[in-house]
Amino acid sequence: MPKRDDLRTILVLGSGPIIIGQACEFDYSGTQGCKALKEEGCRVILLNSNPATVMTDPGFSDRTYMEPMNIHMAGSIIMQERPDALLPTLGGQTALNLAMELHKAGILEAYTVEMIGAKPAAIEIAENRQVFRQTMRDIGLDLPKSGFAGSVAEALGQVEAIGFPAIVRPSYTLGGTGGGVAYNRESFREVVRRGLDASPIGQVLVEESVLGWKEIELEVIRDGRDNAVVICGIENLDPMGVHTGDSITVAPIQTLSDVEYQALRNDALAVVRAVGVDTGGCNIQFALHPRTGRRVIIEMNPRVSRSSALASKATGFPIARVAAKLAIGYHLDELKNDITGTSACFEPAIDYCVVKVPRFNFEKFTGAEPLLGLQMHSVGETMALGGNFREALQKALRGLEIGLSGLEPVSRPAADGAAPASSSRTERLEDLRGILHQTGPERILYLYEALLLGMSVEEASALTGIDPWFLLQLRLIAETEKSLEIDLAALAGDALPDDPGPSGADGPLAAFLRRVKAQGFSDARIAALLSRSLPDALITEDRIRALRLSRGVRPVFRCVDTCAGEFAALTPYFYSTFDAAHPDPAHAAHVAAARVPPGDLAGRPLPRKVIILGGGPNRIGQGVEFDYCCVQAAFSLRDLGVTAIMVNSNPETVSTDYDTADRLYFEPVTVEDVLAVCEAEGLDRSAGGLIVQFGGQTPLNIARALEAAGVPILGTRPGDIAMAEDRESFSALVERLSIAQPRSGMAGNEESACRVAKEIGYPVMVRPSFVLGGRAMRVIHREADLRAYVSGREGGIALDPASPILVDKFLEDAVEVDVDAVCDGSAVTIAAVMEHIEQAGIHSGDSCCSIPTHTLDPGILERIRGHTRQLGLGLRTVGLLNVQFAVHRGGVYVLEANPRASRTVPFVSKATGRNIAGLAARIMAGFTLAETGFLEEPSIGYHAVKEAVIPFSRFPGAEISLGPEMRSTGEVMGIDRSFGMAFLKAQSATGTPIPFSGNAILTVTDSDKEALLPLAARLRDLGFFLYATPGTRDTLIARGIQAELVVKIGPRRPHLLDFMRNGHAHLMVNTVSGSTSARDATVIRAEALARNIPLLTTLAALRAVVEGLEVRKVDRRSVAPLQDYYAGLVKPGRND
Amino acid sequence: MTKPALLMLDDGVCFEGEARGAAGEAAGEVVFTTSMAGYQETLTDPSYFGQIVAFTAAQLGNYGATPLDDESPAPRVAGAVFHDLFTAAENMPFPHWRAGESLDAKLARQGISAIAGLDTRALTLHLREHGSRGGILSALDLDRPSLLRRARALPPMQGQDLARKVSCAQPYAFSPPPPDSPSLRVAVLDCGVKRSILVNLARLGMAVSVWPAATSAADILASKPDGVLLPNGPGDPEPCVYAIAAIRRLLGRVPLFGICLGHQLLGLALGARTYKLPFGHHGVNHPVLDISTRRVLITSQNHGFCVDPDSLPARAAPSHWNLNDDTLEGLVVKDAPAFSVQFHPEAVPGPTEAGDLFLRFRDLILQAK
Repeated sequence: MPKRDDLRTILVLGSGPIIIGQACEFDYSGTQGCKALKEEGCRVILLNSNPATVMTDPGFSDRTYMEPMNIHMAGSIIMQERPDALLPTLGGQTALNLAMELHKAGILEAYTVEMIGAKPAAIEIAENRQVFRQTMRDIGLDLPKSGFAGSVAEALGQVEAIGFPAIVRPSYTLGGTGGGVAYNRESFREVVRRGLDASPIGQVLVEESVLGWKEIELEVIRDGRDNAVVICGIENLDPMGVHTGDSITVAPIQTLSDVEYQALRNDALAVVRAVGVDTGGCNIQFALHPRTGRRVIIEMNPRVSRSSALASKATGFPIARVAAKLAIGYHLDELKNDITGTSACFEPAIDYCVVKVPRFNFEKFTGAEPLLGLQMHSVGETMALGGNFREALQKALRGLEIGLSGLEPVSRPAADGAAPASSSRTERLEDLRGILHQTGPERILYLYEALLLGMSVEEASALTGIDPWFLLQLRLIAETEKSLEIDLAALAGDALPDDPGPSGADGPLAAFLRRVKAQGFSDARIAALLSRSLPDALITEDRIRALRLSRGVRPVFRCVDTCAGEFAALTPYFYSTFDAAHPDPAHAAHVAAARVPPGDLAGRPLPRKVIILGGGPNRIGQGVEFDYCCVQAAFSLRDLGVTAIMVNSNPETVSTDYDTADRLYFEPVTVEDVLAVCEAEGLDRSAGGLIVQFGGQTPLNIARALEAAGVPILGTRPGDIAMAEDRESFSALVERLSIAQPRSGMAGNEESACRVAKEIGYPVMVRPSFVLGGRAMRVIHREADLRAYVSGREGGIALDPASPILVDKFLEDAVEVDVDAVCDGSAVTIAAVMEHIEQAGIHSGDSCCSIPTHTLDPGILERIRGHTRQLGLGLRTVGLLNVQFAVHRGGVYVLEANPRASRTVPFVSKATGRNIAGLAARIMAGFTLAETGFLEEPSIGYHAVKEAVIPFSRFPGAEISLGPEMRSTGEVMGIDRSFGMAFLKAQSATGTPIPFSGNAILTVTDSDKEALLPLAARLRDLGFFLYATPGTRDTLIARGIQAELVVKIGPRRPHLLDFMRNGHAHLMVNTVSGSTSARDATVIRAEALARNIPLLTTLAALRAVVEGLEVRKVDRRSVAPLQDYYAGLVKPGRND
Repeated sequence: MTKPALLMLDDGVCFEGEARGAAGEAAGEVVFTTSMAGYQETLTDPSYFGQIVAFTAAQLGNYGATPLDDESPAPRVAGAVFHDLFTAAENMPFPHWRAGESLDAKLARQGISAIAGLDTRALTLHLREHGSRGGILSALDLDRPSLLRRARALPPMQGQDLARKVSCAQPYAFSPPPPDSPSLRVAVLDCGVKRSILVNLARLGMAVSVWPAATSAADILASKPDGVLLPNGPGDPEPCVYAIAAIRRLLGRVPLFGICLGHQLLGLALGARTYKLPFGHHGVNHPVLDISTRRVLITSQNHGFCVDPDSLPARAAPSHWNLNDDTLEGLVVKDAPAFSVQFHPEAVPGPTEAGDLFLRFRDLILQAK
């Protein structure tokens, strides 16, 4: 009795926008789930508001609803589609919470929708800490001492019995939001208060601290016949006290004996059964006392999670795919392990080591303390596989792309007044003791430095709580580093000055290099260390590579086979290691496998194989959007019969799913690692080429080095991509093309910066050259602020003549426009023109925008299109092109142009129904636009609006403001017949819905006052009570629109902020110009964000809201899948 | 200083590494296990007698060694092969709360030679493709032709009677009957029994006596046991003709429970055939389907030989199947109180979820009384 045949239509819930603690791992699990269900012939209905995801590609489900993930929308979809079942376990906490809401509201029952995967009762047990604890006690499991509290007073009572340090965990929150550790009563009150606020049910758990205990997670899968298996055990290098999402984690478990492990395994299976997870994956987290072996259960998630994505990538076992099949009735023993063809009901064995390292973005949140704790702060992660822990850790660190070439001490700025370089080893060790006492994002680097300086493993372990086994591994790396500086210098000294020549694979130098490489040392790191011993020789990474290759020292590519080699593996998923003496025949067989070569195209041959470089770890400014592009490129090339090969190191993504490309190399995206893959693949011009333009900045950063090493790059030349980023050469191109651009200049020191700014006229936009995501970009209104910026204060940058800053005229009140286009080198097709609905000067990644544009007149649009074509050809673009314009008082100015995938590509694809990343991949493979049939800009009869989601609430103390520096982690899309409704949906999808009535607070800049009048009147007619600050109110009253007074922020109280804090503000409208009102706006935004009050910063946004609300008043809510929009089945709205 | 060592297989394939443990020489059939922890239990499991065990896990020895984890008083393997063997720091106590010393130190102390720093995946793939085979690991003789000559001269596993070599010399009581209650008496025919099997029986309140492998059925029956357990043991079951003969006579007279080698011996006693698997089952992740419940057990396994299900007589029926390769994992005798499993319900190392089989044995004894 395998599959249930009563489950024909299944509603799958995605996870909505990417936020910290819930990232693209759910795109990976959701995509796998949708694929698995479709494979079984199910009709799949998908709800997910996130356009950047692969799963929302219309091909993955039959009906793709890109609507806000709330109970109203989900209810409407259920009424419309009448699914047999709802699968909530693949979309993270968002999906689980929404499913529970639907259940509690009786909607599932009313429409006879069965919840599959996890039943409501099981979710209730796992999610409600009180019930969970009781359930655990009932089955005899140990837990930390704890008590629940609904108030600060109650919590103070609890902590008497528990003692300090105490841990506070709010009920029902994501990624530990609002949790914390308190060491004394005073901080305890504060942490409890924050926790109560964060918990949707106003409850916190006060818990005995298990800080410093070992932290272990087990990933379990169970089927409907109660078969349960542990897919992977994960050990955290960072002990309890650091959120597991922020911890360095390792698989398999390294420091537990079988006795200890089996006890955990038994507990885990007992938990799964007691909670009653019917079918599917779940994650159980334990703490173990390192000296007594006492073990306590911390929590369980009755769904797939970030850890299950990691476990899947670490072992090769597709947890989400299997979970989806189990949910529709299969049993584990009826499913096959795709990789080996043996039973899926087994526990993977690993013969390598996997290390995950988190990536942080504290630098984006000025003012927030860079300390790790119970709440998750990391925005991405990178994973590496190696022949041993040391190699895997060093690979992961260099894959992190924070300037590390492996494990190395934190580079200390010598001239930084705050931290003078210590003169002696003892002094530095003393400093390090202080640093290691706290847990910051770079702890592992400081730890390594301490070990290099001779700190004992016992002391390091006592300071950090990290198991000595890990520290001894770090010490082995340190010992290798030391021998490298001395012994390799002696061995290589002779070989290095000259071209080494092809000799001696067996000599002592080769043996030494092999040993060092097996410890994970990158060529770059070896070069850096050797340069210290041989200061006179110019030792570069390239020379080390040449030396190494001349001695035949190459990595071996091994197959990730789930079974430690016990069975032959069919699936092409590989990692490299130097800790191996023999090649893996499975890899050679895959590379050599004859495939029907792709046909040719009008006499031109298509490439046989194409390597696509992924984006590495997610970070703010580079996230799932780029993974989406890489995945589409792989799909599109595979359709042509071209062998698509993916290289990436991000375990959360769809690109690193083993069946996305023809072959997957799970490797850091660095020059050394990519060149090794190219060599192993025999990639040359006759075979095909490599694509760098889809993975964001990561592959672009190494594109020229790859090209220089002889790797054929497909699409726009790296030189042209770099040219577009170089302000001077780009300006020259724009000038040559006779396109207007804001006045600009460059400055290498403070005085010249001020001079340039004065010439151009304030306000100006300043930024360093060569950045993505607008790092350190700022709008500056006066000279004093500019001086502060260039002196490195206030999150600015320290100027140095070698890397000048760019100073541009900032066009206030401009409308910004983004254009995405595809070019084949001789023709350009516009994919979409997007109009921003945010004030100008906000990074395009953080701003709200719409397709089609809604205020620009046809003449302007034609000029924008014309300029885009000129720039596409001017930049010799082959592939994707993104151009940003500002429309200012009738003029069209180009701000920047980038001949590569942009963040908006997935949004454009979803809005227009055209897969432009896939099209671009075909162009790069040799198609012309005419041959792809994409010659016309898609014209759509509906509206799509993209809005950003920003994680300020995770960074208490951080300055909350939007500007040219990107801060958002994710995005949502609203789609509807009218622009207004699409806008409302987008707002609602961010989790801050626009209310239908209530108090609207208006405070607008003088130039907006006139235009505000009709909108204010319409708001009033919609039933809002209007409040306004004095100037705005005077204008309103003078025109006969009643409004109550709200005092501006200042000494007089209560003022605007008090009004917001007291819960009287339901909708805020605040437009600004100049720097004073900008400062107020910052405070207002912070407050609005903290209290989840919708805030509109442009009249364009207000107009959109008013239009939407007016439509909403007369029309019932409408939900429609993308497929209907694309087919023209959704008729344009009244307002158009 | 590290000392070089070689592992030479009898087909001439040779692997380089460094000497560990006693740093001498060892010869035997080379098998691989995919278990990631539980190395000490494996090394002291008498079923590995005469074999060189290669661990596929990347890093081993991480949590040291402790007498608590021994499955027999002495290590039973001929030798051990590691990829990366952890040996703490010389100037600090072994950093794990359970450990008394490093695994390397323990092996050295007990005279077991090992090799580390070897490409164990390459070795595993070779054994998978070409079958488990004889080999010599040596830190003493690094002359490849000499090693190969000697490796070729090693006797094959088939036909060797190893059970008798690891069996106890004299009968002994593992756990005396508890004074307060009349308890069940179980005799164990020691073909190389793991301590955990005895512990599992004792934990159920049974009085456990252990008998040398070659004890006759009459002698065992004379001690009036309520049940007889046929435990695990090394190598080929066929040469154990004495045990097969004894089991034939015990069958029907006393409830029997066979584990691993005991299962194969019961099969042979029933008239079934056994055969050698190409590279055996050694690991803790083998899925086994229990036909009666349709449930899957994740089991601990360690065997190179197997009962041919097609050769089972009508009086016996399969009870368990291996989901990976469809080999027979258990049988029940229809006309006598006897059953057996190929896997290890006592686990150690490995998942303990098949432990209920000991209860089933007790129930069988109680029914028969």
